Amino acid sequence: METLITLALLLPLAGFTFLAFFGTRLPEPWPGVIATTTAGLSFVLALIAGLDVIGGGTERLTVTWFEWLPALGVEASFLYDPLSVLMTLVVTGVGSLIHAYSIGYMHGDERYGRFFAYMNLFLFSMLTLVTGSNFAVLFVGWELVGLSSYLLISFWFERPTAAAAGKKAFVVNRIGDVGFLVALMLIFNTFGTLAFDAVFGEAPAALGTGLATGITLMLLLGAAGKSAQLPLYVWLPDAMEGPTPVSALIHAATMVTAGVYMVARTGILFELAPVSAGVVATVGAATALFAATIAVAQFDIKRVLAYSTISQLGYMFMGVGAAAHVAGVFHLMTHAFFKALLFLGAGSVIHGMAGQQDMRKMGGLARVMPWTFATMAVAWLAISGIPPFAGFWSKDEILAVVFGRGGGWTVLWAIGLFTALLTAFYMTRMMWMTFGGKARWDDGVHPHESPRVMVVPLAVLGVLSVVGGLINTPFKPTLEHFLEPAFEAFHVHLAHPPEGATPWVLAFVSIAAGLIGIAAATARYRSRVPDEERGAWKLLNRGYYVDDAYAAAFVVGGGAAARWAAASFDQKGIDGAVNGVARLTGAVARRLRPLQTGFVRSYAVAVLVGTVGLLAWFMTRGGF
Amino acid sequence: MDLTVTPGWYMALASVLFVIGGAGLLLRRNALVMFMSVELMLNAVNLTFVAAGRELNVLDGQISVFFVMVVAAAEVVVGLAIIVAVFRRRATASVDELAELKG
Repeated sequence: METLITLALLLPLAGFTFLAFFGTRLPEPWPGVIATTTAGLSFVLALIAGLDVIGGGTERLTVTWFEWLPALGVEASFLYDPLSVLMTLVVTGVGSLIHAYSIGYMHGDERYGRFFAYMNLFLFSMLTLVTGSNFAVLFVGWELVGLSSYLLISFWFERPTAAAAGKKAFVVNRIGDVGFLVALMLIFNTFGTLAFDAVFGEAPAALGTGLATGITLMLLLGAAGKSAQLPLYVWLPDAMEGPTPVSALIHAATMVTAGVYMVARTGILFELAPVSAGVVATVGAATALFAATIAVAQFDIKRVLAYSTISQLGYMFMGVGAAAHVAGVFHLMTHAFFKALLFLGAGSVIHGMAGQQDMRKMGGLARVMPWTFATMAVAWLAISGIPPFAGFWSKDEILAVVFGRGGGWTVLWAIGLFTALLTAFYMTRMMWMTFGGKARWDDGVHPHESPRVMVVPLAVLGVLSVVGGLINTPFKPTLEHFLEPAFEAFHVHLAHPPEGATPWVLAFVSIAAGLIGIAAATARYRSRVPDEERGAWKLLNRGYYVDDAYAAAFVVGGGAAARWAAASFDQKGIDGAVNGVARLTGAVARRLRPLQTGFVRSYAVAVLVGTVGLLAWFMTRGGF
Repeated sequence: MDLTVTPGWYMALASVLFVIGGAGLLLRRNALVMFMSVELMLNAVNLTFVAAGRELNVLDGQISVFFVMVVAAAEVVVGLAIIVAVFRRRATASVDELAELKG
């Protein structure tokens, strides 16, 4: 079993290494085939190992490779418990499908081989992140996914916007990582170890509320950076500059959910710091609403989905903040299915429209792209919260738990409910503008259905978006039974939805919200594209001008400070010190040069005088 | 009158030879003569070595002399070669005219 787990982890790394060296020399489609094979094999191996855990053969499994940092007592070891099994399966499963899709999508790209090398690197990084059994390995994975994300966002680096977007993602993530690192130092300082078992085992007894709050708020900063929550969400919309499969895999299905995974994993710490847990849920709710309002006014199909992703991640944060870790992770999973599907569908549309991303130039595509339309429609219903599609079950469980906590949490529930309405509205708007109505294509654009290698992954994800929610219904909470041991092992007390009739009422209310959203959007967009470029629409379209505000607040000042430092401190201080040393040496040497007369006999006199002087000194002061 | 040659006489002779050699080195300009002066100084030192060795009845002095003679021979070989080379090029052996390395 250990061998399987190790292999599942190392296969994508092997794929990356191979493709990094030989990927550019192989003709299309071989790099894609190799990368997809390693991803798929990794999924199969993880599934075999996971089935053992699911079947109850082994509750949890730790694989230790070697002692990594003996001074800190850190080992390179990996934990297989139900939570990491689920994450591994989602990452490799959805990852394999997206790898396969990319074989078609990246057709003809001049850096075809490099793309798949990066994709495999990402897969390895993400697996490290979700299976690490201590904070150090988790952090390594955390940084590696950041690196692969950066490489893939700026994959088409000839485009200045893509290069800038990659840089922005990297910088904003660093801000979050500072928080994460501080949290790790606090944890090590408190417990003297970074291993999950030891830290979570001792936490209830050893950790005071104040320190727990400090640690968890720092962790939250890290999670907010990686998972694009307020106020660090700004990099995700720009990350859409990357190829669409990258958006689907990294910026929708897997990497951005790392923050949710981390909060769920460290659940016990948040349980010891109720204030932080409240902050997590509040940040989640605020982000969900904020991003949803922006998504309503976007015209770029990928930006709609990007803001939608931020909004959905907000739901997950609400869930894990309310200690409904199973519900949060459940939504993570269903979201991975339907959001990956939406992105891949959008990619299929963009592919068919020869690169056009503006929905105002689309319309009427349902007829020419039937498969893309059908699969995206499934995802649309799933994200809008219509039963029995996947999104309904997970979103409703989160909302039910939040409502059940009572008190101030009811406000968060109301925000979540309104966000559900907005979600249904903007997704319906996107569907009508893209697939419905009349064709508004540019001249010379001839949309066509995508090749089979792209459509098949869409279909598989479509099926998952329909049935994926059924593994955790109130009638048969299979996933909950599966995941509970993972949280119990770390002493977490899960929050549950209220008993009795309340969940039913809540479910009908949220279905109603979804239907209202769909109906409103249908009425508005069915036959025309209204003018939405003025007033409040423009404010929303520009994302409340947050980017401009950040630019004015930080980027302008930071740039000025950097330029000042470059001009004065660097050129005058650092360079000045170096040049000064050189000038001083030169000046001293110029004074000393005349000593070198070139007359041998003057040197001989110097030697004589020196010898006589030395002799005199020895004879008078101390002797031989 | 005791005419025994005591070590003091050797030392006195060595001193005289050393000073003559030193004066020659400082005052003469011909490189060849300067070399001869250096040899004179070295041999003055050799004289003190053997005299002291004999007086103290140890071999160290004589051994040191052999070292000095070997090194001096080697030095003369290189030095004379340089002087010959310089003389061929410049037609002079005056060290005052060889001041290319003036600072």
